[in-house]
Amino acid sequence: MALGGIARAWRSVVTSDVYYSFRSSKVTVAAAIVTVIIFAACFAAPLIAIQDPYDPANFDLGVAMRPPVFWGGDWDFPLGTDDQGRDMYSAILYGTRLSIIVGFASVLLAMALGVTIGIVSGYVGGATDAALMRAADVQLTFPAFLIALTLDGVVRGLIANKVLPFDHDAIALPVIVLSLGLSFWPQYARTVRGTVLVERTKDYVNAARIIGVRPWRILWRHILPNAMGPVLVIATINLAVAIITEATLSFLGVGMPKTQPSLGTLIQIGNDYLSSGDLWITVSPGIMLALLVLAVNLLGDWLRDALNPKLR
Amino acid sequence: MVAFLLRRLFQAVIVMLTVALVAFVLFNYVGDPINAMVGQDTSIQDREKLRQDLGLNDPIPVRFARFVANAAQGNFGLSFRTAEPVGRMILERLPATLELSIVAALFALLVGVPMGVYSGLHPKSVGSRLLQAVSLIGISLPTFLIGILLILIFAVGMGLLPSFGRGDVVNLGGWTTGFFTASGLKALIMPAVTLGLFQLTLIMRIVRSEMLEVLRTDYIKFARARGLKARAINFGHALKNTLVPVITITGLQLGQLIAFAIITETVFSWPGVGQLFVTSVSAADMPVMSAYLALIGFLFVSINLLVDLLYFAIDPRLRTAQAAAKAS
Repeated sequence: MALGGIARAWRSVVTSDVYYSFRSSKVTVAAAIVTVIIFAACFAAPLIAIQDPYDPANFDLGVAMRPPVFWGGDWDFPLGTDDQGRDMYSAILYGTRLSIIVGFASVLLAMALGVTIGIVSGYVGGATDAALMRAADVQLTFPAFLIALTLDGVVRGLIANKVLPFDHDAIALPVIVLSLGLSFWPQYARTVRGTVLVERTKDYVNAARIIGVRPWRILWRHILPNAMGPVLVIATINLAVAIITEATLSFLGVGMPKTQPSLGTLIQIGNDYLSSGDLWITVSPGIMLALLVLAVNLLGDWLRDALNPKLR
Repeated sequence: MVAFLLRRLFQAVIVMLTVALVAFVLFNYVGDPINAMVGQDTSIQDREKLRQDLGLNDPIPVRFARFVANAAQGNFGLSFRTAEPVGRMILERLPATLELSIVAALFALLVGVPMGVYSGLHPKSVGSRLLQAVSLIGISLPTFLIGILLILIFAVGMGLLPSFGRGDVVNLGGWTTGFFTASGLKALIMPAVTLGLFQLTLIMRIVRSEMLEVLRTDYIKFARARGLKARAINFGHALKNTLVPVITITGLQLGQLIAFAIITETVFSWPGVGQLFVTSVSAADMPVMSAYLALIGFLFVSINLLVDLLYFAIDPRLRTAQAAAKAS
């Protein structure tokens, strides 16, 4: 019974338009394979890594700055070590995992915030709508990464003034997720608001209202599903942007700390050693970041085209 | 047109006031101006007296008005980190950032438009497929990775270009410029390419899709039928009509360039305001942060207004629409 259900579900996936457009694009299939491999490797990190790169007790300064295997190093550290003797292979696995977690968490936060604001704005209308949409306008005037950078600075200021009783390094992860989430909401809010404005005047909504369905239920069950297609497309493209922005902030030295490095932090650590010719600390996390972002971007582009036949 | 401009001006004022409010909150509530001015051993009474003297106990609207008035004169107090006047710190570094952004924008335009025209005219050729692939990579890769890649190739690998700093600069009455020395120009190449690359791919894509669009229209077919030379059609008729969106994007992106210079300046240790902003964020130096935000906000808003004005200058349809509206 259950098996039959799965088989039927699988057949409906395989025969769908979306799957056809997926299969007929070799680039997209390749991007999907790369993404799956990266995700699987990162979440198996504790099993396949050589050491825990967050625990300084594992580092040995005696083996600091070892080159990778293909650079004249040995198999103890396949991708070499950094200036503290941290194994780069393990650091990259954990760092990629961190980048992916930050990306997903901040996109989810931005989506939740944006969808809620968009619904309220579109359904309530009036002064609330005007105020929320002006706020979105002002925020869209600035690049999201500048806003995230500023928010990070604000948190540091609050910590320096002892308003927040934390050490910045200890709360770096939630801070960066919060900064990114608060930077990306306007796109979602605008899209959802637009859909709400279009749908709320349609007959099926009026019908639901007449038979006495509560406003929140109408919004949630009747109107919101219509907005989810575009929202998902924005979210996929947003995921790549969020990963890039996190890497950029960490590279600038205001994101993830060196004790808990993401890909951007690793690249920044290596940046100090570029001119001395010790390139691997920067190059291997750099390649990983480029692969990850490119693959996610390609998937996002494909999803946008597949879900929106008008663009084809 | 007047009504349109007034509406845009009103919007600009709203954005500016919001930014000023954010800067005000950063300056007064996230940072403590008194802590920044006095030492550890100042008594609470002295602090209170200073607070009173500086007017920090006044009602908030009064203080906000005073903050805006001071900001308009470039007075943002002293940096928490270096105890220098913030206005001067920013002014000293502004030329470096502006030169970098303008050269980057020129690079993006001068290379992006021809590339877009080429791939719009020959959309199926190998060359334009290559350009498309390269532009996808250019759009996907983070700016700082591209900068590092350039450093690896041209500074570490070939030793052709310097990987940091501005080279020798000439001081022209307070404006330092790298345009007049060989080392200054050499130092400008990699940062400008890094900063302009994203804009370049954007401009290329827009010109390409607009060209494809325009080349399908009747007046182009008509021009061909009249036997005009391909060059006259492609550049005189087609390209000219793609320029409106290109100018919009380039204009709006100039503001983005100044903000994204933050990343490029950090990669290349370029002594501009962006680098100052990053240092200030890590040090929670609120006066510099609020001054930078106010400056960026002001630049963005002025550029957006200028772009709106440019519309009227380049698109005759807008002017005739106005005239028609007036006549009816």
